[in-house]
Amino acid sequence: MLNRRQFIRTQTAAGAGLAMVSAALPAWAQFRVEISGVGATQVPIAIVKFRDEERATPSLSLSGIVRADLERSGVFRGIDAPGALDESTRPVMTEWRGRAADALVAGSIGRLADGRFDVRFKLWDVVKGVELGGQSQAVDAADLRLAAHRIADFIYEKLTGDKGVFSTRIAYVTKGGGRFTLRVADSDGEGGQVALNSPEPIISPAWSPDGKQLAYVSFESQKAVVYTQDASSGARRAIANFRGSNSAPAWAPDGQTLAVTLSRDTGSQLYLIGRNGENPRRLTTSTAIDTEPAFAPDGRGIYFVSDRGGGPQVYRISVSGGNVERITFSGAYNISPAISPDGRTLAYISRQGGGYRLYTLDLSGSAQPLALTDTNDDESPSFAPNGRLIIYASRAQGRDVLMTTTLDGKIKARLISTTADVREPVWGPYGR
Amino acid sequence: MNSNRSLSSRGALLTWVAAAALVTLAGCSTTKLDTPVPVESRTGSGVGTGGAAGAGAAGTSQSKVTPVDLSKDTNVSGMARVVYFDFDSFALKDEYRPTVEGYAKALSADRKKHLAIEGHTDERGGREYNLALGQKRAEVVARSLTLLGATDTQVEAVSFGKERPAAQGSDEAAWAKNRRAELNYK
Repeated sequence: MLNRRQFIRTQTAAGAGLAMVSAALPAWAQFRVEISGVGATQVPIAIVKFRDEERATPSLSLSGIVRADLERSGVFRGIDAPGALDESTRPVMTEWRGRAADALVAGSIGRLADGRFDVRFKLWDVVKGVELGGQSQAVDAADLRLAAHRIADFIYEKLTGDKGVFSTRIAYVTKGGGRFTLRVADSDGEGGQVALNSPEPIISPAWSPDGKQLAYVSFESQKAVVYTQDASSGARRAIANFRGSNSAPAWAPDGQTLAVTLSRDTGSQLYLIGRNGENPRRLTTSTAIDTEPAFAPDGRGIYFVSDRGGGPQVYRISVSGGNVERITFSGAYNISPAISPDGRTLAYISRQGGGYRLYTLDLSGSAQPLALTDTNDDESPSFAPNGRLIIYASRAQGRDVLMTTTLDGKIKARLISTTADVREPVWGPYGR
Repeated sequence: MNSNRSLSSRGALLTWVAAAALVTLAGCSTTKLDTPVPVESRTGSGVGTGGAAGAGAAGTSQSKVTPVDLSKDTNVSGMARVVYFDFDSFALKDEYRPTVEGYAKALSADRKKHLAIEGHTDERGGREYNLALGQKRAEVVARSLTLLGATDTQVEAVSFGKERPAAQGSDEAAWAKNRRAELNYK
């Protein structure tokens, strides 16, 4: 880990005011990184272009992906790293100290006899002048981006002590050309693969806790039906297709049960249902709208939205039913609850004036809600599995876009450059 | 459609406000329960897998996602009658009484007829909460129909929330066209 002294130095180097930090990627990189804001403590890190990177993987820059990942986390600031260096070279530390780098990464990409790629790297603490470790990975072409994200995870964990989330996956829905497409992508939104393509809307995707399945709402049968789908095989089934609308799936932490919103008994109410659609049982019994369930990480409580008090607010109920506790009080319209992995923070969307804005609320104490954005069309927050970032949907230049933000709201990144509307993001668990 | 106003005075006597208020009461459960759903497995057509570096199919990769394409599976229903709602309102307006009475009469006359009522909202607010608001609108219409003689099994209230706007745009003119319930024979 970098010590305190380094962080303080970093802070000064980062400078004051709002800066636009744009990773200067070469022209052959296939994606663009838009990161804005300045964090309180950003480690300056130099990531040298991997040896043979342009030859081995001409359509994507692995070192560029690593740099963008680290910058998006809000904890790092990429600095120019010219020259040739790889994991087997001994860097001249005084030279890198002269460039104000606190950490240095170099690596190489080779081709194995079986066609796979051999991706290697090493990380150094420039301040102390010591090596912090490295890795070598043999991967299929389709997993090259994953290899880069794993490198970013290694660096992030070594230097912060927290587990990185860059090798996790996200899911989101694109709308374009009159079609709706559920996609599974890397945590930076890139490398998207189609999971479901439909002429009818798809909303509310939710990852199973093991990261293998997606639950979602599809309108393909001219009504809202909840499906689960195995991402790898494409096998899918309708798990809630009752009279009326079926929506808002949320997996219990054990993956055996989902909470859903059904209107089968009139009015939108919460139910628990088995992962294969078995044994539906009603959880809430109100005459109001109860929807958008989200399990607490301990699996014992469910946060949800209800307008039983007039406007929509976030409430909490035990999975065994019983008393309902109101959670949000500030503002007349609070929806779309998401709970941090440690169970301590609620992220939600609050209407303030005419705008819908991402907020967090500390669940442990009396702290006031914190606005993380100044935009007006935020939707669908979802926590990264390490709890350090939130992905959410917003609008920019007349289009639906995906954003990530740090929990202090200081570092934001816009994901995915596309002409389609991108919405309904949800962050998957660790491991794949 | 129905200019025929020969509905019984009993039906006409029911106030629309009362009909709306009744909606949240007395659930009816006519759903098939606990039937295991078969797993369907389809292979998508013509969808790229986006493999990196131009390399071949990622048959054994850890990132593989198999696409499902529904293009050929969806049938779209016919013309719909539309009932509009005021902002933040779930009350059926008087001007739509003849429409709803007409449908109730037709459903009473032919018990084999089935009607889907699709609720919709304008674009403001969250997708799931709007889905629930649209459901509430559809259920107001469904309840009115059953009070006027249709049976529970003949009508199904569903919602599209803000997902299928009738009019594009972010002004009151577009929003007013989108706060609606569409009635479709199934």
